[in-house]
Amino acid sequence: MSRARADEEEYWHSSKFRAFTFDDEDDELSQLKESKRAVNSLRDIVDDDDDLERVSWSGEPVGSISWSIKETASSSTSSLEGHDSSLQKGSSSYAAFPKQASSYSLSSLFKGRNKLPSFQSLSDALSDTGVKNYAPELRRPRAEYKDYSSDWSPKDTVIRMQRGKVCSLERFRSLQDKLVLLDEAVAGHDGNVITAVLIFLKRTLRREILFRELEVRQVALCHLIHFLKETGEQKFLLDLLRFLDRTEEVAVSIPRRRSSLFSVKRECSGQGDVGCRVSSSQARALHPHFSLWGLVPSKSMRTDCAPFPSLQLSQYREHLNIQDVEKRREFLKGCIGLPFSAEDTSHIQDHYTLLERQIIIEANDRHLETAGQSEIFRKYPRKASILNMPLVTTLFYSCFYHYTEAEGMFSSPTNLKKTFKIPDKQYVLTALAARAKLRAWDDVDALFTTKNWLGYTKKKAPIGFHRVVEILQRNNAPVQVLQEYVRLVEDVETRLNLATKYKCHDVVIETYRDLKDRVQLTAYKCKVERGSAEEEKINSILNNMQIRWKN
Amino acid sequence: MAAHLSSGRVNLTALREAGRRELREFLDKCAGSKAIVWDEYLTGPFGLIAQYSLLKEHEVEKMFTLKPGRLPQADVKNIIFFVRPKLELMDIITDNVLREDRGRSPQRDFHILFVPRRSLLCEQWLKEQGVLGSFIHREQYSLDLIPFDGDLLSMESESAFKECYLESDQTSLYHAAKGLMTLQALYGTIPQIFGKGECARHVANMMIRMKREFPGSQNSIFPVFDTLLLLDRNVDLLTPLATQLTYEGLIDEIYGIQNTYVKLPPEKFAPKKQGEGGKDLPTEPKKLQLNSAEELYAEIRDKNFNAVGSVLSKKAKIISAAFEERHHAKTVGEIKQFVSQLPHMQAARSSLANHTSIAELIKDITTSEDFFDNLTVEQEFMSGIDTDKVNNYIEDCIAQKHPLIKILRLVCLQSICNSGLKQKVLDYYKREILQTYGYEHILTLNNLEKAGLLKPQTSGRNNYPTIRKTLRLWMDDVNEQNPNDISYVYSGYAPLSVRLAQLLARPGWRSIEEVLKMLPGPHFEERQQLPTGLQKKRQHGENRVTLVFFLGGVTYAEIAALRFLSQMEDGGTEYVIATTKLINGTSWIKSLMEKLEPAPF
Repeated sequence: MSRARADEEEYWHSSKFRAFTFDDEDDELSQLKESKRAVNSLRDIVDDDDDLERVSWSGEPVGSISWSIKETASSSTSSLEGHDSSLQKGSSSYAAFPKQASSYSLSSLFKGRNKLPSFQSLSDALSDTGVKNYAPELRRPRAEYKDYSSDWSPKDTVIRMQRGKVCSLERFRSLQDKLVLLDEAVAGHDGNVITAVLIFLKRTLRREILFRELEVRQVALCHLIHFLKETGEQKFLLDLLRFLDRTEEVAVSIPRRRSSLFSVKRECSGQGDVGCRVSSSQARALHPHFSLWGLVPSKSMRTDCAPFPSLQLSQYREHLNIQDVEKRREFLKGCIGLPFSAEDTSHIQDHYTLLERQIIIEANDRHLETAGQSEIFRKYPRKASILNMPLVTTLFYSCFYHYTEAEGMFSSPTNLKKTFKIPDKQYVLTALAARAKLRAWDDVDALFTTKNWLGYTKKKAPIGFHRVVEILQRNNAPVQVLQEYVRLVEDVETRLNLATKYKCHDVVIETYRDLKDRVQLTAYKCKVERGSAEEEKINSILNNMQIRWKN
Repeated sequence: MAAHLSSGRVNLTALREAGRRELREFLDKCAGSKAIVWDEYLTGPFGLIAQYSLLKEHEVEKMFTLKPGRLPQADVKNIIFFVRPKLELMDIITDNVLREDRGRSPQRDFHILFVPRRSLLCEQWLKEQGVLGSFIHREQYSLDLIPFDGDLLSMESESAFKECYLESDQTSLYHAAKGLMTLQALYGTIPQIFGKGECARHVANMMIRMKREFPGSQNSIFPVFDTLLLLDRNVDLLTPLATQLTYEGLIDEIYGIQNTYVKLPPEKFAPKKQGEGGKDLPTEPKKLQLNSAEELYAEIRDKNFNAVGSVLSKKAKIISAAFEERHHAKTVGEIKQFVSQLPHMQAARSSLANHTSIAELIKDITTSEDFFDNLTVEQEFMSGIDTDKVNNYIEDCIAQKHPLIKILRLVCLQSICNSGLKQKVLDYYKREILQTYGYEHILTLNNLEKAGLLKPQTSGRNNYPTIRKTLRLWMDDVNEQNPNDISYVYSGYAPLSVRLAQLLARPGWRSIEEVLKMLPGPHFEERQQLPTGLQKKRQHGENRVTLVFFLGGVTYAEIAALRFLSQMEDGGTEYVIATTKLINGTSWIKSLMEKLEPAPF
């Protein structure tokens, strides 16, 4: 468990690490206070409104672009009333705008000069100065005007396209020409052009040929995948991914095999800069794990850092677009069979099972709630449906509404715990939070009580009792309950801190007694009420002659 | 508005100016009155280039946010769409165009301005929807590198890291190379290029190729930058995961800085004027711009947060004293002088008020127990303690269902500080996460594995301790108030990326060959020939200027560390920073998470 507070403090002071604290807390605070005070006192002296650059409430100087959009838009929409309801809706946010209480733009303030509240800005004044003269012509390089033939080489075509000129690609007829064009585009790194060439190829090549060629051109492949994703051509995309997948079914299980990684790396870097092509199964083996500190093959980024989305995950992702829960559940069920890595498979299986449970629980509970028979639902109406909530949230829900159910019920906490192999810690934390919220202190007690084989009971908390105390405290547990758990905190310092913080007097007193610390105990007397049972207790301990005080 | 851009060693106003001119030229192409329809994401970055006034001068009369439905009835001749080349945006534009009333007269002309690049894919898409012909001008506006501050440029390309490492789409690298070509056109050819990582190698190759393909681009500008250092984010996956502890870094961690603006809870900023006690508190967030134009902010942004309080209190004393002066002003002349200083003093006071409030907000969080515990674990991992077993704090956080991103940040941090987790440990974390947050997050875990942030230990060997020791990533004697090493930005941990930059400047990478080999990707050096006459003759004692380009994102703490190196007296090198995106651990992990809601259309 995390280091206790006091320990931590000592740790920071004694060790070489520096925490981010103010060296002298009070001094720092007072420094800020001081400047605040100074600032406030000065307010009376200066009246601040006049002569400063005007700023709208949103803080933008009057005349800035975003300000003007709102300004011009609001003036024009007002003349439009009744014309277009969608516009009206859009402009409602501007309604709040005219509140242009003036404040300051800092930049103007620091100049310390008076400015007219006009649209004139400093920079406009600057535009007539010499700066302009030595800024050379940036736009069109001369080459653009040059020749005007239509017989561009692939390279020229790519360069022209990079400059945004329209080029006909139709004259690239043979497969050979098209591929040269594609390779030129890739070498230019301009995604815009690469995509344009791909669109052309997609239109003019048979799918199998296109796929085959792309398999050895990873960068282009990534661009096509991205393009298909963006334009929503899911069918084409899945065909492509399936094609890539079919040729390397073996590869799916590879990623975790380190040794193969190294051999691929060596092969790659031997092949020089541009022409390095790793077969896609090798690339697949590499992609999820190209490493940070030193494992990256140095000259082959275009292949190994070209991680294209695995078919499985991209398919799994689709579930997010399905609103209907039944359909979503069916879809997830279909995903389970896909060849994910072992650990991913188990997560996706869990996802499916969870949604399946939630659908059952939701139907049942909605019925219970509307019937109004169940007390818990009457007393604590549900705020939202449990559908599509994370597992831990579901567990909390079930600890809240279905705590006592038998393990055989789908909605029972123990069932969830077993099904999803929820770790003890996680379970106890969640159950504790749920039961504490309901102020079911007996359940809380039972949560930490274990019996050994002789029938003795013992208190145990896998999360540490200081955490238990925190959670209980957050749920406003009464001192009697709190005290019981504070007492169980093992570390003495932490126990004292918590007990003092939450006013569990008995625990404090007993701890000092056990520490034989007369000084502290005497000092604590002023913290308890005069004439109270606690005071009496302190007095009787102090008067006990049998204790051998250490001070 | 843009004065802060010229405050640094390299005057970035020129870059901004070039951007403004290009914008004007495009606007003038569409003659007559215009309305701009904005892809909302672009308004932030555009705001750093131009204000509404510039657009207005070029007859932009209305501005709207891009959304489906009919376009507002603005009486203008031109409708211009300012959009990123994204298919979903093309669908909205199509919808807008198709619903346009054909019968209206006069007809409105449509145009598209793609930012940063025209996209053939998008145009094809528009063609298929049958609306491509409706657009008269289809152009691109290469807003590649946007100046954020006097020493900071960003492409604000949110998904660059994800595209490069998950989707193998290197388009953002192409844009980075383009941006660097633009920069060279303005500030001269950069004679030396160093790099580490696959993406860095690609960008350098593209630059060399582009230079070859445009011989006309050879310019005769005296080079401002001496060196370009290209760094892949995946060379240093560790740094962004740690919590930044500089003032600016913490503002970003807690509230998120967007295009130099931050939105803060309004309560602390409520005007406390007398007689207005009963007034409602403002409910809208307070929005502030944060850049070096604000004197006080420039002074404290890069300090460790623990050193911010004392600066603020010192400032408070100075300002109070300045205001006290009014009692001593006796003669008319003295009063006049006092009054003349008043605006400046007011400004300073207001700035102080804001930062005192922000510091209080942050302090509430940094002094919380959970912040402390979280930081403790981070620092343990980074210094190499207990990285090989399941961590109790992480376990507790999962049990209490802390935000998933926080969990992922810690688990990834542990994985990296252990060169991968033991299979058993990794499986345990995965299981706990899936059971607590939902099985669908298996997709996100898969992405993190692909990106190398989370992985099983492969070789059974942990390289991290060697890297840590050789590069001195963990410093025991860190001084937060008066730092003597970059490790102050994380109160002990020195960002690996910046250490690489530091060691490159002195004594050179040859001294760390072994460690460089342990880090992913190649390291290399290229030289670009300068025409004779442009070779620099360095004055004695003149600092070199290095442009460090972070491919895949950079954090504010890393920027602070580089600024610290720039300011070192005997440093000899000043740094300008460029990046694909300003990130922090949270925004970074978020960009790698699988979007779990189905697309809205």
